[in-house]
Amino acid sequence: MAVNITMPALSPTMEEGTLAKWLVKPGDTISSGDVIAEIETDKATMEVEAVDEGTIAKILVNEGTEGVKVNSVIALLAEEGEDPDAIEAPKETGTSAPKKEEAKAEDKSEDQSALTGSEPKKEEARSAPTSKIEQEPREAQGKDVSKELGSTPMKLADVGDGKDRIKASPLARRLAKLRGIDLSALKGSGPHGRIVKKDVESAEPGQAAAQPGASPAAVPDGLILPQVLDDRVYAPDSYELKPLDGMRKTVAKRLTQSFMQVPHFPLNIDIKLDKLLAARAGINEAAPEGVKISVNDMLIKASALALMAEPDCNASFSDKGIAYHKSAHISVAVAIDGGLITPVIFDAQTKGLATIAAEMKDLATRARERKLKPQEYSGGTFSISNLGMFGIKSFGSIINQPEGMILSVGAGEKRAVVNAKDEIVPATVMTVTLSCDHRVIGGAEGARWLQAFKQYVESPESMLL
Amino acid sequence: MADFDLIVIGSGPGGYVAAIRASQLGMKVAIVERESLGGICLNWGCIPTKALLRSAEVLHLAKNAKSFGLKIDKADFDLQAVVKRSRDVAKQLSGGVGHLMKKNKIEVIMGEATLKKGKPAPGVVVKDKDGKSKEYQAKHVMLATGARARAIPQAGLEPDGKLIWTYRDAMVPDVTPKKLLVIGSGAIGIEFASFYNELGSNVTVVEALDRILPVEDEEISGLARKQFEKQGLEFRVGAQVKSLKKDKDKVTAELSVGGKSETIEADRAILAIGIVGNVEGLGLEELGAKVEKTHVVVDGFGRTGVPGLYAIGDLTGPPWLAHKASHEGVVCVEGIAGGNEAHAFDASNVPGCTYSHPQVASVGLTETKAKEAGHKVKVGKFPFIGNGKAIALGASEGLVKTVFDAETGELLGAHMVGAEVTELIQGYVIAREGELTEAELMNTIFPHPTLSEMMHESVLSAYGRVIHI
Repeated sequence: MAVNITMPALSPTMEEGTLAKWLVKPGDTISSGDVIAEIETDKATMEVEAVDEGTIAKILVNEGTEGVKVNSVIALLAEEGEDPDAIEAPKETGTSAPKKEEAKAEDKSEDQSALTGSEPKKEEARSAPTSKIEQEPREAQGKDVSKELGSTPMKLADVGDGKDRIKASPLARRLAKLRGIDLSALKGSGPHGRIVKKDVESAEPGQAAAQPGASPAAVPDGLILPQVLDDRVYAPDSYELKPLDGMRKTVAKRLTQSFMQVPHFPLNIDIKLDKLLAARAGINEAAPEGVKISVNDMLIKASALALMAEPDCNASFSDKGIAYHKSAHISVAVAIDGGLITPVIFDAQTKGLATIAAEMKDLATRARERKLKPQEYSGGTFSISNLGMFGIKSFGSIINQPEGMILSVGAGEKRAVVNAKDEIVPATVMTVTLSCDHRVIGGAEGARWLQAFKQYVESPESMLL
Repeated sequence: MADFDLIVIGSGPGGYVAAIRASQLGMKVAIVERESLGGICLNWGCIPTKALLRSAEVLHLAKNAKSFGLKIDKADFDLQAVVKRSRDVAKQLSGGVGHLMKKNKIEVIMGEATLKKGKPAPGVVVKDKDGKSKEYQAKHVMLATGARARAIPQAGLEPDGKLIWTYRDAMVPDVTPKKLLVIGSGAIGIEFASFYNELGSNVTVVEALDRILPVEDEEISGLARKQFEKQGLEFRVGAQVKSLKKDKDKVTAELSVGGKSETIEADRAILAIGIVGNVEGLGLEELGAKVEKTHVVVDGFGRTGVPGLYAIGDLTGPPWLAHKASHEGVVCVEGIAGGNEAHAFDASNVPGCTYSHPQVASVGLTETKAKEAGHKVKVGKFPFIGNGKAIALGASEGLVKTVFDAETGELLGAHMVGAEVTELIQGYVIAREGELTEAELMNTIFPHPTLSEMMHESVLSAYGRVIHI
């Protein structure tokens, strides 16, 4: 019996992906753990590892194919003693989602979820296509990821679903789990709207995600108008149209949603940097070969400590209540070719500067190569965006939902400052702007957080306490 | 102006149940019956045969009194009294249906119905026993005219009521045949074979397919056959009846068994070779309703495609079972009434019961069918010999078999042979209707000591957790 290799769900929100590259060809013998292909998702390029061993019998989806649905069969594997040439391709492959005939293929999907090779992703992959708004690693997938990361114990899966428990038969629940279908998006045809087997069978994996309102944070359809360029305004030959890639789509959706749904308010404050710069110089001098701390690394640490000092600000809004996070997971905006991604320094309050620096360097490098794993860019509780290197004096960022705040860091520059003795003296000063979700954070809380942050930055030695 | 919201034609378990449900939903309902309220089921089918089989069972127990430590000198029976009891039971229930019609304000129109083109539904012309006709109009007309025994006159397979019986004749015998030939080993054939065998007839059952009770799971039908043979029943499977000849006081059947000819003589023969729908004389062709192999073609809500015309029950095809007809009747009426709670008929969850000794009951897919359908299966089995209650009852032969989908834990089918299994099967039917998986069934507490514990054990067995074997 040939083994189906299917398109893995590499992130909870992944519905489809691009098969970027095959690293094996028919006839190759592979064993479990071998990297067999690279897949591009909305956020990253990832390697697919083999689960089973055997000989690649057929490749069903060519390199460069876009929009390959999760769980569709991409290749066939001949097991030991099986003639790879005798294996027939299933009828439906490639970009079409598995239908009934392929139910068997789906049965194997548990194995395929493990194709990602990284850690216990079974749960995650199964619950994958939950939300159209691709947001989400953080929010839609909530519970599973936090479990996986062993960090945030809160249940963001509950974030504002606003509904009571889902009525579904035990068999429907199990089928949905096996096939990665989100029950909350299905309409039940059984008694009292109960979701039954038939309903799950007629839903295709990932389809559930397409239901508006499936995600609690989803913006009602009517609110976002289609964006069409009018030929009368811009003649079609007057510009070059670059199709949206997955990341661009995700960024567009997420930021639109946040900007429309979250009541933002900005707070800004000037912070003197001289002591921090001096401390940094001292630290780097003392540091062993290869360790170099950046200003940003120190701001990450200061943010985490400020969140610990003002725990009311380390929070996420949900319809069911406000989730106060117990740890500070700092998302750091990294601009990359074609978009933006926010890798996370988890438990930053517990980490030394050297660790933060090393992690940040690794994450940023892999982010630029689009090789981050979903769990590395989801689950943050607070974000930092720094445009200081461009000389930007101050700016206000859009909140990275479901986080409650984002800090925009402007350029450190020499300014004339009036000191306590009423003298005008030179000092290195930066302006930071804190955008807050007003549903979670009041002006006073935000201000207290900025004070705490300012104090850590202006007296960097206090970070050592 | 319509006289009724709904006219139901036929008052069997499909028709009268549908009429009551319609009345509950506020419709003004009439029901047309040409013979007796309750249809075949109550008068000539399910119920009177169960009365006969009960007599046979009591006789069986009495004959085996010794094994229970009892003394009954000579267990014997009075055929006429057995038949009378059966008829009395039927009469009592038919009267009961009359009462139910009255209680639900359903107008009973006695006579034979034909249909006439009309809007919004066909007109219903009823000819009473004096030959007078009257036309009724309704918004909806439901056909529930049932079915009757199939005959093949070319081969002599045609009942005459004397030597060659249908189920109906077999229910009111004048004599106990010394030698009885039963043609067909479905539920009807097997029940009569079992009954007459108990009364002392020498019974041979002929089946065209390669095993008896061919719709049942192969393992179950094999076990049933072994038990029947122990009781003295004889079987010819894979046997075609080429001809059935009548002499003065006996019949001679010529069989072809695996290419070889064989002859069987008997005093009486019972035809149980299937069922044909009562589609004739209704005027279905003129209305444009589609009839295939003597059955009216309908969708999951009993709609025929002719506006306002519906059909349910045996008339619409197998399985020919009273409870299937009742359920279809209710589904059809709820479909007419609309609303969110109407759910189309699902044929996959109709339980089947055979009330022979031993009994056979099943629901869903057999092991073979499940595999053919592409399921990877987990099969559970538990024998009666492992159940305390079965041993106490003196009924330690039988098996409870369950078939699960290995991946999803769906209960694909359940199959049983042995004492009282017809009373047990509904547990699995509920499990299937509620889409329970093995997990819920394993977590369910089954009372001790009961035969139902075997249902639990069978599920446990499918998952390697059986306790009592």
